[in-house]
Amino acid sequence: MGMTVTQKILAAHAGLESVSAGQLIEAKLDVVMGNDITIALAVPEFRKSGADRVFDKDKVVVVLDHFAPNKDIKAAMQCKVCREFARENELTHFFDVGRMGIEHALLPEQGIVAPGEVIIGGDSHTCTYGALGAFSTGVGSTDLAMGMATGENWFKVPAAIRFNLTGKPGKWVCGKDVMLHIIGRIGVDGALYRSMEFSGDGVANLSMDDRFSMTNMAIEAGAKNATFPVDDICRAYLEMHCKKNWTAYEADEDAEYEKTIDIDLSAIRPTVAFPHLPSNTRTIDEVGDVKLDQVFIGSCTNGRMEDMAMAASILKGHKVSDSLRVIVIPATPSIYMECMEKGYIRTFMEAGCAVSTPTCGACLGGHMGILAAGEKCLSTTNRNFVGRMGHVESEVYLCSPAVAAASAIAGRIVSPEDIMDKEGED
Amino acid sequence: MQNAHGKAFVFGDDVNTDVILPGKYLNVTDPKELASHCMESEDPDFVKKARPGDIMVAHKNFGCGSSREHAPLSIKYLGISCVIASTFARIFFRNALNIGLPILECDEAARNIHEGDMVSVDFEKGIITNETTGKTFQAEPFPPFMQNLIACGGLVNYSKAKIEKLRASR
Repeated sequence: MGMTVTQKILAAHAGLESVSAGQLIEAKLDVVMGNDITIALAVPEFRKSGADRVFDKDKVVVVLDHFAPNKDIKAAMQCKVCREFARENELTHFFDVGRMGIEHALLPEQGIVAPGEVIIGGDSHTCTYGALGAFSTGVGSTDLAMGMATGENWFKVPAAIRFNLTGKPGKWVCGKDVMLHIIGRIGVDGALYRSMEFSGDGVANLSMDDRFSMTNMAIEAGAKNATFPVDDICRAYLEMHCKKNWTAYEADEDAEYEKTIDIDLSAIRPTVAFPHLPSNTRTIDEVGDVKLDQVFIGSCTNGRMEDMAMAASILKGHKVSDSLRVIVIPATPSIYMECMEKGYIRTFMEAGCAVSTPTCGACLGGHMGILAAGEKCLSTTNRNFVGRMGHVESEVYLCSPAVAAASAIAGRIVSPEDIMDKEGED
Repeated sequence: MQNAHGKAFVFGDDVNTDVILPGKYLNVTDPKELASHCMESEDPDFVKKARPGDIMVAHKNFGCGSSREHAPLSIKYLGISCVIASTFARIFFRNALNIGLPILECDEAARNIHEGDMVSVDFEKGIITNETTGKTFQAEPFPPFMQNLIACGGLVNYSKAKIEKLRASR
């Protein structure tokens, strides 16, 4: 029996000729990543295990992005634990405030993750790096601690679902809409324990930023990981960002998939996930009248350059509605600087948006945009669970940067078409 | 592993980590303090009602969402003796095994245990008994590798020998 992309990567890292779904293996890790929340909880476990240093100082990555810049004294203490751990272990890749970006935008940008690698991260959205053809998955702090100590971890080899993408997305449709559409179709446990393997002619019509936001949200369908093929678009990205040696894996012709789901990208409409599950989706044509108190544009899902460019192209020359506030967070320092050079920061600020240094804070109800009881936020993030961004009686709606920017102007959820395609008409 | 016996608290589908332990408490690492906020978004009185040894029961995809180990830690340190669900989200499943929070996958039990029922669990045999109704259910057994991990007392103890070897080789 042939193997999927994920199975091939896992077999290579377990020193096995082949593996099959359900098999338990121990695999070597190429990158182990944690943040201020998960490293803080991992350090005591690391010490308990008798480990005196990390297995490889070039392969353990620490990013202080969640509650940093320190949001309160408790967060400051956690960041301090992480800083001391990083310095003690002389980590090559330690990102503190100023150089820190949101981890899942930062690691690919900095060339730290590459195709064919096995990567674990103490953050559920670690599945993002599958856009580069890596096996990459989120773990908790104990797995993280033992990964840092030993450079190995145990895995159950996942079965897989193939998503056969065809067609070209419409003008206002991006990877986020595609993924919300998919999660709406299969549900929040539609890919539980499985790999989501994206393939088909339609892949060529998705940019790397589209792909990163899709693999990012694989966990929102319950998946263990997701992969995209390493094609010309991916190679061009790696050429610009990554100096590592890497291996691209392709699925065997006879690889076993539990099922294949066909997705026609051209048929997908801008999509919004209503409270309180990412699978509770409606197309933009079905949203009705939802008035907003806050719009958030950023995060590991949609804080990349294309997301900023899309939001800026819509907000340019407009004012955001005075019935709401808008927060924009470019995901990394280099994205922030490019936004400055291209005039996007000016565009955002002239429109009435607040622009912040990178942090995950708002997305998980930590800081930088907490919601009060009864408030509604339209957000380009990845989760809209009860109380996710603040008060237990607040509501989060998930969407693309284009829908977020257009809705910021309108004060309620609207299609970018309503703002942009009507310009010039009188 | 010690057997469990306690009152059941029943939850629905897709109980996520933001509900189990809200993000605003992720600046906390003390497990007892985490426990004081367990399930707060779903039922603010849960921590007052639950007694040591009690059992949580849920339907599909329990623990979906974040990788935060704070979520299973809050359940463990509240004194919950076992979580029974139709299915678990995968990171939560790993985390629970790694920190030694007993969990069992059993759809039939999850559907036939009601709030307040007295439940007992024989971990070795994987048998769940609803003492209130007298019904028994067979849970999915853990594969031998995971049984070994549990028998070691979690991933840290399991890894100790490997770490000792690594240290010696340097």
